[in-house]
Amino acid sequence: MAALTIATYVFLGIGLFFSLVGVIGLHRFPDMYTRLHAATKCTTFGAIFLIAAVIMQSGAIWAAEGAYSAQSVMCIRATLALLALLITNATGAHAIARAAHRSGERPIRAVVDDLEGKETD
Amino acid sequence: MSFLITAVVAYLIYLVLTIGGEDVLLWNAADLAIGAVLAVVAGALLRNRFVGKDLRMLNPVRWLIFLVYLFPFLYAMAKANIDVAYRVITGRINPAIVKIDPRLRSDMSLTILANSITLTPGTLSVDVDEETNELYVHWINADPETLKKMPRDYRRICYGFPAWARRIAD
Repeated sequence: MAALTIATYVFLGIGLFFSLVGVIGLHRFPDMYTRLHAATKCTTFGAIFLIAAVIMQSGAIWAAEGAYSAQSVMCIRATLALLALLITNATGAHAIARAAHRSGERPIRAVVDDLEGKETD
Repeated sequence: MSFLITAVVAYLIYLVLTIGGEDVLLWNAADLAIGAVLAVVAGALLRNRFVGKDLRMLNPVRWLIFLVYLFPFLYAMAKANIDVAYRVITGRINPAIVKIDPRLRSDMSLTILANSITLTPGTLSVDVDEETNELYVHWINADPETLKKMPRDYRRICYGFPAWARRIAD
């Protein structure tokens, strides 16, 4: 049990660190695309670890109590939330980036833009 | 057929979400009945959106390959996350939008590849050319060597992801 508690705290720490990096990146980066990198990807990675901590804790209590308990519901729903987050986050970031490029937002400080002046419908 | 697949998947998701009764195994009898009705409705409404024309994703081997793929993917994702964290703190970026041609044929494999690229920090799929199946990727730290040649070498951008996507769904 002690090892599991330590692992949970480590996971929470990693999750919080990457969420913090996402927030800092949102303020530091120059344009929409780079900010999208920080705001969506780092926070997704942070959320994976935060949810993994929840799954570990509730899964351990579930295993100790056996059969059905409130913790088993928490464990299963946290796993589903993680799956939904992974799918929707990627799709959402893609939709935002595509909409931004079509409405004329150009990447600042970009060295190459292969998509420049191309309309794909 | 497509109606059946959609209804079964909808029912399974409903069952996982409503665990927590005592009547039948882990579920309430009322939950099971309502879920069945809703699954039929969902199957009737969404079958053409959910399944599409080809049924190759029904093959369980493809799902097995997908599960195996999660390990190299999570490793690449963790590595890229640390790299982006470094760029956030130091501010050293070299952004570019590059075109890659992963040579994939089906929509499903292209979706898997685009989502993998977007979930990996540092790269973000911006647009897709639906006729040639080429992806436009925003790359936060573009490698100058790759930018010199025109058919871009996609290994620096998305590692072995195109090969995996081809194995899973092409």
